Amino acid sequence: MTNGWIDIKNTDMMLIMGGNPAENHPCGFKWPVEAKRERNAKMIVVDPRFTRTAAVADKFLQIRAGADIAFLGGMINYALENQRIAKEYLVNYTNASFVIKEGFKLPDDGLYSGYDHDKQTYDKSTWNYEGAGAHQAPSGKASQSGEAPAPPLAPRQAPPPPSLPPNVIYDTSLAHPRCVYQLLKQQYSRYTPEMVERITGIPKDQFREAADMFTSVRKDGDMKKVATIIYAVGWTQHSFGAQIIRAAAMLQLLLGNIGRAGGGVNALRGHSNIQGATDVAGIFDSLPGYLKVPNPTDKDFAAWMTRITPGSSKPKDWDSFNYYSNTPKFAVSFLKSMYGDAATKQNDWAFDYLPKVDREYSWVHIWDDMYQGKVKGVLSFGMNSVAIGPNSQKTINALKKADWLVVCEIYPDETSEFWKSPGISTDDMKNIPTEVYRLPGAGFAEKDGTFVNSARWLQWKWAAVPPPGDCQLDQAILARIFLKVRELYQKEGGKFPDPILNLTWNHLDPNNPSLSELAKELNGRAISDVTDAPTQTTMKAGQQLPGFSWLRDDGSTSCGNWIWCGSWTEAGALTQRRGTDDPSGLGIYPNWAWSWPMNRRVLYNRASCDLNGKPWDPDRRQVWWNEAQKKWLGVDVPDFKPDSAPKDHMGPFIMNPEGVGRLFVPLAGMADGPFPEHYEPFESPVANLFHPQQNTNPVVKKYTSDMDKYGTPDQGFTVICTTYRLTEHYHYWTKNNPMNVQLVPQMFVEIPVELAADLGIKGGEKVKVSSARGTYIAKAMVTRRIKPMTIDGKKVYQIGIPIHQGYRGIQEDAGRESKTLANLLSPTVTDPNAYTPEFKGFLVKLEKA
Amino acid sequence: MSNGTLEIKAISGHAGPVAGRDTSRDYDVCKLIDVTTCIGCKACEVACLEWNGYPFRETVFDNTYQTMPDLAWNYYNLIRFNEHVAEDGTFSWLMRKDGCMHCADPGCLLACPADGAIVQYANGIVDFNQDNCIGCQYCVTGCPFNIPKFNHETKKVHKCTLCSDRVGAGLEPACIKACPTGCLHFGSKDDMKDLADKRVKQLHEHTSHKSAGVYDPPGVGGTHVIYVLHDIDHPQYYGGLPKDPRVPLLVRIWKGPLKWLGNFAIAAGVIAAATHFVRYGPKKVEEPKKEEVV
Repeated sequence: MTNGWIDIKNTDMMLIMGGNPAENHPCGFKWPVEAKRERNAKMIVVDPRFTRTAAVADKFLQIRAGADIAFLGGMINYALENQRIAKEYLVNYTNASFVIKEGFKLPDDGLYSGYDHDKQTYDKSTWNYEGAGAHQAPSGKASQSGEAPAPPLAPRQAPPPPSLPPNVIYDTSLAHPRCVYQLLKQQYSRYTPEMVERITGIPKDQFREAADMFTSVRKDGDMKKVATIIYAVGWTQHSFGAQIIRAAAMLQLLLGNIGRAGGGVNALRGHSNIQGATDVAGIFDSLPGYLKVPNPTDKDFAAWMTRITPGSSKPKDWDSFNYYSNTPKFAVSFLKSMYGDAATKQNDWAFDYLPKVDREYSWVHIWDDMYQGKVKGVLSFGMNSVAIGPNSQKTINALKKADWLVVCEIYPDETSEFWKSPGISTDDMKNIPTEVYRLPGAGFAEKDGTFVNSARWLQWKWAAVPPPGDCQLDQAILARIFLKVRELYQKEGGKFPDPILNLTWNHLDPNNPSLSELAKELNGRAISDVTDAPTQTTMKAGQQLPGFSWLRDDGSTSCGNWIWCGSWTEAGALTQRRGTDDPSGLGIYPNWAWSWPMNRRVLYNRASCDLNGKPWDPDRRQVWWNEAQKKWLGVDVPDFKPDSAPKDHMGPFIMNPEGVGRLFVPLAGMADGPFPEHYEPFESPVANLFHPQQNTNPVVKKYTSDMDKYGTPDQGFTVICTTYRLTEHYHYWTKNNPMNVQLVPQMFVEIPVELAADLGIKGGEKVKVSSARGTYIAKAMVTRRIKPMTIDGKKVYQIGIPIHQGYRGIQEDAGRESKTLANLLSPTVTDPNAYTPEFKGFLVKLEKA
Repeated sequence: MSNGTLEIKAISGHAGPVAGRDTSRDYDVCKLIDVTTCIGCKACEVACLEWNGYPFRETVFDNTYQTMPDLAWNYYNLIRFNEHVAEDGTFSWLMRKDGCMHCADPGCLLACPADGAIVQYANGIVDFNQDNCIGCQYCVTGCPFNIPKFNHETKKVHKCTLCSDRVGAGLEPACIKACPTGCLHFGSKDDMKDLADKRVKQLHEHTSHKSAGVYDPPGVGGTHVIYVLHDIDHPQYYGGLPKDPRVPLLVRIWKGPLKWLGNFAIAAGVIAAATHFVRYGPKKVEEPKKEEVV
């Protein structure tokens, strides 16, 4: 979330789309309700189904699953057409005025400029700003703040990739035909209410009402009101998911809603610590703190830094903090944290120890590799691999080919029992060579440590009860595996033992590192005395650092995750704070836990003020410029250079090299285009109305094994299917808990009344849902909460499946369930930016079982 | 039953409003259920079950999100889910927490012949004391909301106690504590009425729910559980909430002007039963049929 859960109470307007917070985040949902009750805020809900959230909304629109960009593009068009935009914000805080290179082409035919049909990728060199002069700056150049020295360019064979021009041509009148604003207008002028209706199935009058309601916060140029956009995996789980979120961010930038109390683009996280997992790099292409991983072209540390440290790129009269110019400090401190004394300037901070990632290693790819016989074993901790990924049968078949599988769980789960999944006979089992280890793990209430919530708060929690029996903490299990591997390297040498032998492992009990030790390591400490020049304060060697501005690239600091620096300081564990004071009344609670970065509760909060540093809304003031003290003050921690005077025109979006918000994402920012464009889901019942010849995302990731089958309407797959969770259950765990099972005893398929009538299906009868990949059987829930849709004149049905059925659990073990996983149906196709599978909006056929 | 001294003013480590603060809890308690902010999450169902120590039961899928078709002797709190299509085609999904209404003029108590089986406290809570219950189920007949439920094994009737044990100790009922959206409120009847009226006014002025209203039916003397409904003219849309509930006329007459007749009938009944016993011997108890599980 750019903002936070509590901050939602400050809003005047909510668009909840791609998420069902009342269902999946009922505790957090108190804040949207509070906004309704205390501020008369309006709530618009857009979803394929009339959900629990819709039940308390002011306006509900039923959308076809996967048509989100068409809807949001329509909203952008409506805002532009009706001048419901924040002009001053747009001109000064976004790249609306930046001029784009000649040769850039909008996707009228479905393709942006630079598409390579053979490789199915883009050459993005035209997706760039026009620079003043022909000069192309080498990337990695330090910002004007002069904080980071530019590392020397290493010799290399390949020409440097195109980079952003340091001096961008711009036009604040927004009239230049190639400025971002004009291109944006051109792009979304195609997204008329009529087109929105034909693609999304939302009648144009209803769409207009919703668009009018949402953009009414900018009626007549008013800047006081604020609107928020709230979403969850209903947006990410598409083959163009990242672009849906981009579209939302663009709409919010147009309306000037980012950085403001009650505004923002707010991702609701579906697990208690999924934000934390992302922050410490739970994905292959980043290191902790979202540092980009090295790739094989990075010959040494300097080359890596040159590639990933941006130089500022801005109009010459503006300023840009370009905070990522500090990347080398974060990277060196990270390597010091990993390898301690073994990381020295002489050995390039042990850069060679880091894996160089040569290609995609995302979830779906890993299982594809295993299915191809390339991956021989897997440690499955804290998840149910077979159940959570798309195309479960492929995952099961992949595991059959593995040499070994280690599962750490608190219940016998589908993954550890893949070898007796439905359809495998006792004879078949004999032919499965995989050696399976099931380790008894500890549950969340049996462990201490932090959860990082959607609002980016690191909250320490204490173990409520000890793990029962032989159950072990994850870190104890992992530590013993690591120590054994290290012992083997010590004894046998091996190809490259250094990264393992030199890994920092300073724990009181090496067999069971405490999470407070790890939390301190993640925060970071001074290795030798470090002095902060402006304040002339010094942190002594060994002291916990108070924040990431202290990090150095000379090896004098160590920090496991720079964005968490400041969470465990010499003052102790700020994550354990439980202060309930809220002096501003905005729900900031500055002394409750600790929020990254630097305890800021609303990101980019400089944008809550006008150009002169005065809050847009004095009643919800967060930060402001104090002319007398020549600095930024606030009830929240200013997310800005504290002494940058408004007249210097430094952009509020300090993490972008431009300093401003990106309506247009240049260069490699997005794999599939600088603006979001509507593409159909990979399996769709209709052709793309904008460009039928380019139906789906041109750079979508799909797979080619015999298990990767994709269905079409011609094959009889005509019904759109979407998958989701229920309040009453938590993934595949709670089917082991009689209380949850009592509340929803059996899994079901939600079917529109009309479709049920067509097929003669009655509520409670068993139905069979089939996709090109598999079959799911459950009881029919015949409902009026999903209506038939008219998509471009064609009648289209949608059905929905809660994901909680498996083959182990109370009802499954008692033979009361069909033991089919919902993900037997979903396709192995992923978003090209985030690699998230398309769990929402694939094609199936429905029949009586 | 005064619990002024135990009234909660502040709670440590507790973000947001403190449940029950600034509300008077002396004598006259009330639960307000704002149906317009209920998301049907069932936290109240679970809290109720856990506080009362009842075991989980087997349920069966029945084409609905509703946990079971009706309340049970060991399930006092049930959210009723109803899909409703208005005359103009507007669709709504109504979720109403069903349970004892704690009537000011309780039909169950009026109908109950057993001394001390049903108690109405000065604070408004109507509570069943199973020790004194004779299992006659007259309370079931007396209740216009179809709330009391009979346990066939123990031959006792049960229903929501409004957590009289918790309230007596100055706490709010378990369902109130568990509610995540704050659609449940607890306090004095006056305060809850004010809060409900304020909410209804807000719904009239700022939303499309022009028929919103407070459900506090006068036919039973008002209730100590009140609702804010989107559509006060049609409480029946919310899973059978009666529009104008009254204590059944028969119960009123029976327990009022005709009480002597009742007493006579009871005496006659006892004599008849004794005669029956002498002639035919004790009755054989049939095991209640177990619900079939699909």
